[in-house]
Amino acid sequence: MITALLLFWPALAALLVLLIKGQGAKKVAFVAALVEFAIAIVATTGFDAAGGRTQYALNLPWVENAGIGFHIGMDGISLLMVLLTTFLVPLIILSAFKHDYKNPNAFYALILFMQTGLIGVFVALDAFLFYFFWEVALIPIYFIAAIWGGANRIKVTLKFFVYTVFGSLFMLAAFVYLYFQTGATEMAAHSSDVQAFYQLALSAESQSWIFWFLFIAFAIKMPVFPFHTWQPDTYTESPAQATMLLSGIMLKMGIYGVLRWLLPVVPMGVSQWDELVLILSIIGIVYGSIIAIRQHDLKRLIAYSSIAHVGLIAAGIFTLNEQGLQGGVIQMLSHGINVTGLFFIIDIIQRRTSTREITSLGGITQNAKALSIFFMILLLGSVALPLTNGFVGEFLLLLGVYNYNAWFGAVAGLTIILSSVYMLRMFQGVMFGTKSEHTEDFTDLTFNEKAVLIPLVIMVFWIGLFPNTFLSISEPAVGNLLNIINR
Amino acid sequence: MTSIILLSVFGIVNLFVGFLKSKKILLPLALLFLIVVFGVNLLGWNNTQTYFNNMLTIDNYAVAFTGIMVLTTLLILPFSQSYIDAEDENLAEYYSLLLFSLVGAIMMVAYENLIMLFIGIEILSIAMYVLAGSNKRSLRSNEAALKYFLMGSFFTGVLLFGIVLIYGATGTFDITEIGAANVMADGTINTMFTMGLLLLVIGISFKIAAAPFHFWTPDVYEGTPTFFTTFMATVVKTAGVAAFYKLMNAAFEGSFTSWFPTVIAITVLTLVVGNIGAVIQPSVKRMLAYSSISHAGYLLMTLVAFNDLSENAIFFYSLSYAVASVISFGVLKLVEDAREGNHSFAAFNGLGKTNPLLAFVMTVSMLSLGGIPLTAGFFGKLFVFSAVIETGNLMWLVVLAVVLAAIGIYYYIKVVIAMYMQPTGENTKVPVSGFATLVLIICAALTVLLGLAPGLISNIL
Repeated sequence: MITALLLFWPALAALLVLLIKGQGAKKVAFVAALVEFAIAIVATTGFDAAGGRTQYALNLPWVENAGIGFHIGMDGISLLMVLLTTFLVPLIILSAFKHDYKNPNAFYALILFMQTGLIGVFVALDAFLFYFFWEVALIPIYFIAAIWGGANRIKVTLKFFVYTVFGSLFMLAAFVYLYFQTGATEMAAHSSDVQAFYQLALSAESQSWIFWFLFIAFAIKMPVFPFHTWQPDTYTESPAQATMLLSGIMLKMGIYGVLRWLLPVVPMGVSQWDELVLILSIIGIVYGSIIAIRQHDLKRLIAYSSIAHVGLIAAGIFTLNEQGLQGGVIQMLSHGINVTGLFFIIDIIQRRTSTREITSLGGITQNAKALSIFFMILLLGSVALPLTNGFVGEFLLLLGVYNYNAWFGAVAGLTIILSSVYMLRMFQGVMFGTKSEHTEDFTDLTFNEKAVLIPLVIMVFWIGLFPNTFLSISEPAVGNLLNIINR
Repeated sequence: MTSIILLSVFGIVNLFVGFLKSKKILLPLALLFLIVVFGVNLLGWNNTQTYFNNMLTIDNYAVAFTGIMVLTTLLILPFSQSYIDAEDENLAEYYSLLLFSLVGAIMMVAYENLIMLFIGIEILSIAMYVLAGSNKRSLRSNEAALKYFLMGSFFTGVLLFGIVLIYGATGTFDITEIGAANVMADGTINTMFTMGLLLLVIGISFKIAAAPFHFWTPDVYEGTPTFFTTFMATVVKTAGVAAFYKLMNAAFEGSFTSWFPTVIAITVLTLVVGNIGAVIQPSVKRMLAYSSISHAGYLLMTLVAFNDLSENAIFFYSLSYAVASVISFGVLKLVEDAREGNHSFAAFNGLGKTNPLLAFVMTVSMLSLGGIPLTAGFFGKLFVFSAVIETGNLMWLVVLAVVLAAIGIYYYIKVVIAMYMQPTGENTKVPVSGFATLVLIICAALTVLLGLAPGLISNIL
């Protein structure tokens, strides 16, 4: 039941917010998101990680007589993703308080509505339900980005929308195919339940093409090189909150999809193509990093760095060893937290100086001590300094890749060096040096802004210092996953 | 059967009511008639009856599709408000013609005999030829009527040739008997039979605007007054596809291998022409015309699949498409009326600001036509793809349809972009009658309801 509550509460709240005219909408939305987070905390305290079982499950028939169920529930991996989502959404809403978006009720309602889609993706245990929420999450973010975005938004978001739908339709086709493979005998009913998919015994040949049908959908969402071309433009043109939602949570949908619907369903397909995927991911790491170094626009820089980070997560997951998978899960949390924080800081800087160009900024440290400290911590988390959250994830991921193939590990390890280059170069350009005309009267953080950044920074250290809090939640579930993959 | 009789009588009554001074009563009366017919029609559920020496069968298939068509007409009628406002003296005739054409449409889904199919198509078509030209002072409307009439007559001829050849080969018009007839001679299928089959397929393909027999569609849809285009795109198409499937299922199941290559070629062409054609259209109305061609393509995919899932897939898809089309053409008509007949994308600019409700329902409709979840269109596509995938060897067709569906999203979203993201410019608020608003809300609610709980009707056939 609590899963259903988690799922529908934001949608209900969205309807409520829609009815509120004026600036009251954001307060209601914020409270609703906090309530959602509280529900998630309650779910976590009652969660028994041992054994990696699916908990809080609810299984109702959805399409009668067709074996399509409204089946939701959470195991350790889902729970962490739900926690990430419910933790970030209130902060993202709070981060928008300073903006005067027109039609605020629609804006905040769409964010909450999207939360339902995101949670749905993470808790769905039926293939068609998963696909359903996968697309439901896309509609609000498209409108947020396309209505409240920058000058070039229409063209860019159209590309984003068509590109991602294109990928997901392939996933749909694969799901339908898999659905018809269930039911061992002629008379047995078909089912789109996740367990039915896990029990399929498909030929290596069909697994091979199903792998690509599913992978394209997930790879576009993450995005993995060379399916990333929509991403930098979309991140740049979207309003800050949409960028945070996209990078902080939405790209995790792709990785989660790989974990839940790709690896265990077509293990033989994965073993045929994992090397190619690793190579693509590692190209993505190096490519994203090198392009990030050349960027002058802060948002674009972080967008490309995100490609690099996600490349490493993808590489780690496709190694199919425990370090890689666990590293992937924990890095999903860390990346979500860090990238949301960084995009928020960019938003703060842009709002005060009306520019994102590194060359026209500088000297901010002299005026804004608090901002500098928060910025530095999030940045160090991002470059994986020990004691921060990024270190735990990247260490495990690199270990996983190294165990798979030492050479791959060596090239992927470049990410640590390259990310320090572009991140520190950015910090230097923006925060140090002489003040420019834009940063002349830069004011330090307000109370609201601190309220967003403090929880994020706490999480940076929490995951960095006590990663076991989170690793222990996902470990049994990851173990289960590996058992299914290696059966 | 009762619904056919009722509709005919109501149509005549309507004509006489048209002699009254006050035209105010016409619309409520027509709606009342349709509600009665809808209810009476449902009484035939699970109560199969045959009539006229086995010429017509009212079975669940006929009842289900009659239900869709009557419901659609019911939802379309309130958009005739502009004719009422203009005190159009022919209003009674329009309503009557719509009711009469429904009679033809019902015969097309209930026929047991090729002659009845032919008569049904003719009753439907002749009414449509007249309605296409109903805007007598418009050159485009006249062109549409003439084009539709000439092309329609030509392809009716083709259809009739087909029926005759089939008769020659089998000695019967009855579709069940045709199905049972032995048309194999020396291990090969009778040539006359194959020719007749091919001509029948071509004739019906024209009626549902499948490529390469679609060339009339954009011009006719554009020239015809939008109110009647809505009817063409929904009721006529539903009737055509249902008749097509019934024909193949009852009469030509045994000769699957001889018609399959033709039908799959038509399907692929229709999908490609419809979707690619829609991308480059400058006006919303023409875009919707091409999109209706593409939807004929998706519906034909069920015929290509030709298995136990096809019937329900056609039913669900037709209903979701019809409801979404009532919204899209309905909003188009309202916008067009307010913008002096302009039906370009620019006419929709800023609709999200001037008429938030219209923009919202139009968005629901576009998402449904594009097949995005939360809407009925998603499950329509899912069921159609399911039917094809179940055959096991047509994965390439699904891939093609998937790619084209993604292209479809592009042109549907263009409307949404115009409504929400373009400046309003000189566009003013579009006046909407309360009746039309109600219908639009019902259609949008139905679209979302079927998008959330498709199980309600997905398995009824």
